[in-house]
Amino acid sequence: MIQADLSVILPEIILALYAMAALLGAVYTGKDKLASTLIWSTSALMVALAVWIGTSGSGANSAFAGMFVDDGFARFAKVVILISAAAVLVMGQEYMSRRGMLRFEYPILVALSAVGMMMMVSAGDLMSLYMGLELQSLALYVVASMRRDSVKSTEAGLKYFVLGALSSGLLLYGASLVYGFAGTTKFAGIIEVAQHGEVSVGLLFGLVLLISGLGFKVSAVPFHMWTPDVYEGAPTPVTAFFASAPKVAAMGLFARVMHDAFGHAVSDWSQVVAVLSVLSMFVGAVAAIGQRDIKRLMAYSSIAHMGYALMGLAAGTVLGVEAMLVYMAIYVSMNIGTFAFILMLQKDGQPVTSIDALNQYSRREPGKALAVLILMFSLAGVPPMLGFFGKLYVLRAAYEADLAWLAIAGVVASVIGAFYYLRIVYYMYFGAEGEDLDRTSSPVLWAFLMGSAAVMVLGIINMFGVDGVAAAAAAALVN
Amino acid sequence: MIGIEHYLTVAATLFVIGIFGLFLNRKNVIILLMSIELMLLAVNINLVAFSSFLGDLVGQVFTLFVLTVAAAEAAIGLAILVCFFRNRGTIAVEDINMMKG
Repeated sequence: MIQADLSVILPEIILALYAMAALLGAVYTGKDKLASTLIWSTSALMVALAVWIGTSGSGANSAFAGMFVDDGFARFAKVVILISAAAVLVMGQEYMSRRGMLRFEYPILVALSAVGMMMMVSAGDLMSLYMGLELQSLALYVVASMRRDSVKSTEAGLKYFVLGALSSGLLLYGASLVYGFAGTTKFAGIIEVAQHGEVSVGLLFGLVLLISGLGFKVSAVPFHMWTPDVYEGAPTPVTAFFASAPKVAAMGLFARVMHDAFGHAVSDWSQVVAVLSVLSMFVGAVAAIGQRDIKRLMAYSSIAHMGYALMGLAAGTVLGVEAMLVYMAIYVSMNIGTFAFILMLQKDGQPVTSIDALNQYSRREPGKALAVLILMFSLAGVPPMLGFFGKLYVLRAAYEADLAWLAIAGVVASVIGAFYYLRIVYYMYFGAEGEDLDRTSSPVLWAFLMGSAAVMVLGIINMFGVDGVAAAAAAALVN
Repeated sequence: MIGIEHYLTVAATLFVIGIFGLFLNRKNVIILLMSIELMLLAVNINLVAFSSFLGDLVGQVFTLFVLTVAAAEAAIGLAILVCFFRNRGTIAVEDINMMKG
């Protein structure tokens, strides 16, 4: 019996054991000298696990009496999480080692948070939900304040910690109410109590608190206030990590809770999620206009993108979940390319994050500027880039679920948001003459930037089959 | 007769005190950590009360998990706080202001 359970969570066990072994090994031997090796081996292991999860699993298995669910939805999310985490690890390696901030704990903490994220998307019970969420969050708090000699980094860590702990508290209070009023912590049991139109007030209260806690984790407005500060303060490779894998995991968890536990009471949460979505889209689009720091700008950009992903979730249908998954996969691949570009920006060896430094960038680096142009168009949702099709998917899902007002709001917000993406392009091509940035040549970052831009263009042919897989994953989740 | 609603009221009161402690406190980050702890303990009261009321042990198991995680969370919070203190020489809430937000 236990063997069957363990074989379901084998990927998580392997990654967790690897993290512990790597920690012990690095402490007793070379410490920070091993950091680069650990980064490469961690990402190799993550990619291997992603390939294994993506190719081997089939059907829906659950372990530990339904606490841990391994279905198509979980596998899709896990593959995206592992690949993006691996990519971001590799991207940051050179940046960190050049600035002497490469510590061996970094890849280990990222691996542990990846274990937490895999737990999150596989949660089948309020307890495993909470444990996965905390495993992820606790590792992320430490990673945010990793540059412990920098005021900004520690301040980012402190802010993230306080607000993250508050959100965990809200979520947990909601979980306790759901437990009390449903009489069980299992999603399979909650869904039977939470039937359409007969959700008790206590359960509803718990549901709303759960949504607020999850809203913090996906940085949806009005729970977004930590995002810009943490993105700005954390070291850039860490920011790149925050903008990718944890967002997928939190969104996956959100969909998991809403559909697995409250899937028969869609009307009770759909409006709340729709409000979060519309607020996120507008605040993300409007507040980013005044930002001059590209990391803060990306923070607001990610808030807006979470709004679109939540739009898919608000639809509460199979199509909605499919749209959300496609959107998250596209969002992550755009973000990886954009952050590869941000990591390359430096002057006199110091990282630069002001967008004014991009003036006339195209004259000096035409190839990279073109790639960034494609990425910015894609982030803004300009056709025919892949980002446009991501938006199209969620808009269609919202429209078909009778949320036409939400879809219209999404279109309006994306027009507003296009302003600041296009402004970056404007600076690069038509900006005033400015001081030159360093000419850096980093083959890894270059490859990620170009690869991501190529995906944005080539993906429009058939989306590399992601939409089909996402449809199967969504069908596995929604019942 | 003390029923479930009394326990829930106490837990809700403690939880709200914790939230207010987070938002109204202008003095000291340590107090923030205490408020977070208060929130988690309010949840524990809730869980234990429900567990006893429902005659179901799962709530108490959940409480043990929450206690463990709360300890880990406090440890990490204090560690980050020590790093912050080394850089800034202060732990006053109003001095956490390098970045606007």
